[in-house]
Amino acid sequence: MDYLDELESQSIYTIREAYHHYPELCLLWSIGKDSTTLLWLVYKAFFGKIPFPCMHIDTTYKFPEMYKFRDHWAKEFNLDLQVYTNQEAIDRGVTYDTHDSIEVCTELKTNALKQAIAKYKYKALFVGIRRDEHGIRSKERYFSPRNQKFEWNYKDQPPELWDQYKNETQEDDHIRVHPLLHWTERDIWHYIKREDIPINELYFAKDGKRYRSLGCMPITNPIDSEADTVDKIIDELENTNTSERAGRAQDKEEAHAMQKLRALGYM
Amino acid sequence: MEDMIQKKEGLKFVVVGHVDHGKSTLIGRLLYDTNSLPPDKMEEVKRASEADGSTTEFAFVMDHLEEERKERVTIDTAQIWFRTEKREYVIIDAPGHKQFLKNMITGSSQAEAALLLIDAQEGLREQTHRHAYMLSLLGVKQVMVIINKMDLMDFSQERFNELQDSILKRLGEFGIEPLRVIPISAQMGDNVARASENMSWYDGKTLLDSLDELQAAVKADDGAVRFPVQDIYDQDGEKILVGRMASGTLKKGQEVIFHPCGKTAKIEKIKMFGKDPQQATAGESIGVVLEDGIAMKAMKRGEVACGVDVSPNVGNRLVAQVFWMSGEPCEAGEELELKCATAQVTCQVKKISDRMNSSSLEVIEGAADELRDTEVAKLTLQASDYLCTDAFEVVEETGRFVLMKDGDTVAGGVLH
Repeated sequence: MDYLDELESQSIYTIREAYHHYPELCLLWSIGKDSTTLLWLVYKAFFGKIPFPCMHIDTTYKFPEMYKFRDHWAKEFNLDLQVYTNQEAIDRGVTYDTHDSIEVCTELKTNALKQAIAKYKYKALFVGIRRDEHGIRSKERYFSPRNQKFEWNYKDQPPELWDQYKNETQEDDHIRVHPLLHWTERDIWHYIKREDIPINELYFAKDGKRYRSLGCMPITNPIDSEADTVDKIIDELENTNTSERAGRAQDKEEAHAMQKLRALGYM
Repeated sequence: MEDMIQKKEGLKFVVVGHVDHGKSTLIGRLLYDTNSLPPDKMEEVKRASEADGSTTEFAFVMDHLEEERKERVTIDTAQIWFRTEKREYVIIDAPGHKQFLKNMITGSSQAEAALLLIDAQEGLREQTHRHAYMLSLLGVKQVMVIINKMDLMDFSQERFNELQDSILKRLGEFGIEPLRVIPISAQMGDNVARASENMSWYDGKTLLDSLDELQAAVKADDGAVRFPVQDIYDQDGEKILVGRMASGTLKKGQEVIFHPCGKTAKIEKIKMFGKDPQQATAGESIGVVLEDGIAMKAMKRGEVACGVDVSPNVGNRLVAQVFWMSGEPCEAGEELELKCATAQVTCQVKKISDRMNSSSLEVIEGAADELRDTEVAKLTLQASDYLCTDAFEVVEETGRFVLMKDGDTVAGGVLH
């Protein structure tokens, strides 16, 4: 086994554990490189037949390339795709022009997800976060419980050892399952290359710019880059010293913004 | 660069020790001196430190929770990546408070090696002893001892020797022989990435150079064959047993015995998506199809396919060394869920013996009615069903288990 095999095997084990204990689950697919890699791992774990839905929480602020990519690959992978939007907030006039980005994130991502879980009664969600993305995500467990208000009790997380995960929830709780927790950004790209996983065109440089991390259009900035192939992206990452989410505005607005967002249920 | 990419996933080591002995500071220093911190992350740490009215606080690199920074204490375990010219590492930070022992255990259970940190001024303290013992229980055998804050003791060789003697003696009691004992100052950077000019009496390697001596954990490809069944998928009329090889090498056509059911079967196919493997080795997540036979009827999660050469232990009564990690004590007679590899059974605590303080290792009671948070004891457990287990020394995955209450892990156990 090489190191990518080891990363893959650990993720597939975690994915199969989640499905065994929580058959009412779905995969949160944000169309970015991580959740698309996760989708690929799920596809492999179930030998090409994903036995649960994939959900896209649509803030309506995503890039046109993302919607195109979503619809194309949903068909190719034969996904049971659910798209959910917090229409009530949109009707109320919550926009990036009129509200600060933390508020918009909370309404269009976190609250949208709450509504979707209530509607579909999911007990577990696959989320493609990684420890190396952010100091707060580094404190996560593979199986992380959230109560009905989505609160994350980060001060008193249950112990997790030897791949034995939490396998019961309270009535209204749900579990966030993080099969990519131990991967790094570079691992993801090496794996994308090896497995030839389809990845959105926005990640590849055009006219000297590319996106390293994808979020909502108004708060996501491209980086200067000439990397227009997976090989060049890998090369770029091997030599960069900037963090991945440097182009994501909501992480920086205030101290502990990410912790606050996550405590409220942000992914 | 290509060599680096082809190598194994980063070697994981955990940093443990008593509270305030400088674990998070050391990690911050290590990352800073190896230029591993992105400029924007360093900027964030500086800004947070200034807002907090202090000079750059290396500990903030790891301590990200608001509460951790305000209280200046690590609450939960965190992981961070860095690399030397030789290879990549994953550093696991572990909290030093007794109260957060479960988080220290969560972090250490994933480690291939450990750095045990000791404050030169304070010397060996309660959690130094406890963490050292926990490492031995968890089977972390590669340990380096780091004597930190040498600057506070005028870089005294005498003090270093004194501490070295006591820790070597202590670790020897659990059969741990540290690879190195290194005097450092994380705050000043002495012997972390650069050799200290203040300790010319020390002629060993710096911490950074010593890390490259650690060995990556080797998967037991040549060990006893153990394939715990995780689930059964029914696809196109084919029943696929899925799971991860715990140990050994499983081959197509091989005959195995499933335990605890005791049925024999032949491996018809090994499945991995997009591949047609002839065999599978320890650590691989696979699917297995059995040749027609009666074994399939008895199949369920928790059965373990075993090689015919090395038999496991099959029974419903276990005696194990158990460490308790919950504020709510374990009581003799109570029922808990036990999970060993993929098996789960209900079990009753029949006996609690040699209840012990996991720091002083003093036996509190020979026969006890309860076991409290952070304590260790020998537990006799009566399971509701038969289980397939091994001694931890033979197969780690089937030689250890967790105990759960209301769906949360409350204890870990090791079978010898």
